[in-house]
Amino acid sequence: MTTRMFGEPIQRREDPRLLAGRGRYLDDLGHGALAAAFVRSPHAHARVLDIDVTDALDVDGLVAIYTYEDLPERVADPLPLLIPHPALTHGRTGYPLANGIVRHVGEPVAMVVATDPYVAEDIVDLIQVNFEPLPAVVGIENAVRAERLVHDDVPGNVGAHLVQEVGDAPLAVDTAPHRLEFRLDIERSASTPLEGRGVYARPDASDGSIRVYSSTQTSTSVRFAIAAKLGLPATKVEVIAPDVGGGFGVKIVHPWPEEILVSWAARVLGREVKWAEDRREHFVSSAHERGQVQFVRVGFDDEGRVLGLDVRFLHDHGAYTPYGIIVPIITSTQLLGPYKVGAYRAEFTSLYTNTVIVTPYRGAGRPQGVFCMERTMDRIAEHLGRDRAEVRSANFIQPHEFPYDQGLVFQDGRPLIYDSGNYPEALEKVKEMIGWDEFPGRQEKAAAQGRRLGIGLACYVEGTGVGPYEGGHVQVDSAGRVHVSTGLTSQGQGHGTVFAQIVAEELGVPIDAVEVTTGDTRRFSYAVGTFASRAAVLSGNAIALACRRLREKALRIAGEALEADPGDLEIVDGIVRVVGNPRTAIPLRTVAVLANPLRYAFDEEAVRATQFARSSGDDGPPVPEDDEPGLEGRDYYSPVRSTFASGMHAAVVEVDPDTAEVRILRYAVVHDCGRMINPTIVEGQVHGGVAQGIAGALYERMAYDESGQLLNASFMDFLMPYATEIPRITTGHLETPSPLNPLGIKGAGEAGVIPVSAVIASAIEDAEGIRIARMPISPDELFWLRRRAETGEVERTGVVKSDRAP
Amino acid sequence: MSEDVYEIRLTVNGVPRSARAPARRLLSDFLRHDLGLTGTHVGCEHGVCGCCTVLLDGAPVRSCLMFAVSARAHEVTTVEGLGGPDGSLGPVQRAFQECHALQCGFCTPGFLVAVTALVRDARAAGRAGPTEEEVLEGISGNLCRCTGYQNIVKAVHRAADLMAEHGAEDGGEP
Ligand code: FES
Ligand code: FES
Repeated sequence: MTTRMFGEPIQRREDPRLLAGRGRYLDDLGHGALAAAFVRSPHAHARVLDIDVTDALDVDGLVAIYTYEDLPERVADPLPLLIPHPALTHGRTGYPLANGIVRHVGEPVAMVVATDPYVAEDIVDLIQVNFEPLPAVVGIENAVRAERLVHDDVPGNVGAHLVQEVGDAPLAVDTAPHRLEFRLDIERSASTPLEGRGVYARPDASDGSIRVYSSTQTSTSVRFAIAAKLGLPATKVEVIAPDVGGGFGVKIVHPWPEEILVSWAARVLGREVKWAEDRREHFVSSAHERGQVQFVRVGFDDEGRVLGLDVRFLHDHGAYTPYGIIVPIITSTQLLGPYKVGAYRAEFTSLYTNTVIVTPYRGAGRPQGVFCMERTMDRIAEHLGRDRAEVRSANFIQPHEFPYDQGLVFQDGRPLIYDSGNYPEALEKVKEMIGWDEFPGRQEKAAAQGRRLGIGLACYVEGTGVGPYEGGHVQVDSAGRVHVSTGLTSQGQGHGTVFAQIVAEELGVPIDAVEVTTGDTRRFSYAVGTFASRAAVLSGNAIALACRRLREKALRIAGEALEADPGDLEIVDGIVRVVGNPRTAIPLRTVAVLANPLRYAFDEEAVRATQFARSSGDDGPPVPEDDEPGLEGRDYYSPVRSTFASGMHAAVVEVDPDTAEVRILRYAVVHDCGRMINPTIVEGQVHGGVAQGIAGALYERMAYDESGQLLNASFMDFLMPYATEIPRITTGHLETPSPLNPLGIKGAGEAGVIPVSAVIASAIEDAEGIRIARMPISPDELFWLRRRAETGEVERTGVVKSDRAP
Repeated sequence: MSEDVYEIRLTVNGVPRSARAPARRLLSDFLRHDLGLTGTHVGCEHGVCGCCTVLLDGAPVRSCLMFAVSARAHEVTTVEGLGGPDGSLGPVQRAFQECHALQCGFCTPGFLVAVTALVRDARAAGRAGPTEEEVLEGISGNLCRCTGYQNIVKAVHRAADLMAEHGAEDGGEP
């Protein structure tokens, strides 16, 4: 029997290379390439009056300087609006280089190409740009007030406005036995992978083609975008994502100005050109996420069951909308979580500000939605004097109610129908893991010693594995090696391992024979990309289907060779054999030889497949009709709609009575992503997600001043947590298979981050007895919140009174 | 205008190396681009992330905060020098694989180098390995955006065990 591979916590196959320092990240490539660097706007909003390059011209090593005027048609066009939506009535995108106006600090104004990156940066400093500063719009309040505009032709700074509703929520709220009304705030944060973006282009003058390496989450789409911008057929452009040092969403955006400009300049100059982003550039010219203000009205009954939920929220999407309004759409749909609410209405306004663009960051709008819903659950529990877990439980969709239709349209344009889940069991499990029922005793005891402890809980449902599709190609060569490729890209998720596990299991081959390639358009050119926890679901299933095709063909050919019925054959350890008679067997590598009828015997093995060696049993052609040479399988997986993973987190925090510092004492996660391919990797994803969630709850934010300067654009000031800030996380798994795909899997990539701000807010509130309505929260903010609670400016919990939205 | 370049000789992973570079070349860039040792990574270039950590005469330093010329005549150990001469992984590297202590791998070389020194020092002090606090303290100069650190902490302890099992001859002595 071949050892089982699917579901096993095997070690990662990509690790030895990365551990030895033999990874190939973007800036490890292209030694000797010309270096690009960018002059970027120091103003949040300004007119570009003049660009003076005089001082730069006699610098040794200067190759070229480009401004907007130098760009040809198409390259000079605005960047594409990647995801149009009818509600995005005023979508705007930037130019690769500023066309007369800049709308955020960091927007590229000129490009320098030089022989060396140090020199390129020297030249950037010597270029004088004369700006006429314009008033900047910073912050949601200012955007909505619209006294100033980000784009002259976008009234009210409103890019999009969308309402989704099921039933009559305002009425349901008004007629409910209990009503609450409140406001919530979430600040900006960002993906912040440790490797920034980067592009390296290698033109080939002999055939007019270009090969581009980009630290991207979607090489296939970057390829089409570059081809379109450069006016080339896609066959002349190849894009490869090499090892990528983390993505978390920011690298799904494309084409970035640099991807187009570096490729274009490489062709114009006939030289290799490379650009590797530095940390400050990443802060001010990549992408952020999260910023929202939410106004909630909720009506409920005595049990805490929600009868009506009416949410209005304002979303800050930054200076441009290249990625459309995916983030607020996800917030408004995933807000519902594991609950059935009687009537629901979500209305959002997506606003322009003079800040960096807002596009998905791990969680992609869900952390905001879950914050809203879970704070609402806590408010209901408080209002009724009920247990917070009990109120959640009263609202759960029950296991027998799946598939459950929430009646909304999800981010993929498909109905929001949950495929499967078991929320009551997850809640029981997480309560047990954190010690929920015993906690009040613990809290009291701690209080007697002058310690402030609090416990919090939050639940989420995550739509994963969104379409439209991914594909997989599997090929067995005549040495018995199995080459697997899929078009989407990897940024550390361990695809090279989990996809190999699927192949080993499906084909019955040793995992060491399997080699996986992702994100290389030379190997697989049709794909969408890595985002929305979709890689395992989409590519995993596509690869499994491709394996099944290959297997069928292998059994057919082996059946002919062994004179056996394919139905009686099995593949074990790379050998096709008759079930129950393992000596009647043929290695898969020999089947691969036979699958390719040959004229020429280029090696020993190939002899078997040549025309005089093969028995010509019938008169049919050597390659039968409807068949192809080679032992290969290719297939695609295109889901009807998303799968829905779910989970619940709980935490115990201790808050220092003097310094207001928050320490997380315990953190428990129950996670259900369907069948797990590799539990170790799933757990790693959860750990990383929770750490990012804690970062977003307690440490990280984008501190813009009123003029649009990002004040903390470095790792000195943007407080990414170290090991000392992240607690031990205990993880429990449920495996509720998805009925939607052959492998029964859901996605796991983003889950960990989603409910963390809600959990921590709930726990701090429990510890302090002060209402927490804004995250992240720093010790300083909590300290002043306490002061304001003393003077009655801020509400204490347990004071029953409904507050009004401003 | 053009820059003066200097001959920079130093020992990297036990091998004498030299290359010419201007005075302002950072050690990180020198290792990566002049010597082709791209295992050392650069995540911030302002001394916070720890991706660029190398050992300078055995002590962990941030190679992005140091000029290559200042490393003249010194001994540098990079991630490429942590394995066996036959290309096998060293104990810290093996521990990281066993414990799934890396995802994208970008921060990993910096951690491996820092942890090598950490475990070595604990053992040199006659102990089996660093305590939990020492581990947290010892890696608190390195950022990782992927793993949430839990498995890295586990890997440090595991590395100490592996070194104890195999004795001092199996790495840990750069
Ligand atoms: S690159 Fe040296 S510390 Fe970040
Ligand atoms: S493994 Fe990606 S940053 Fe640490």
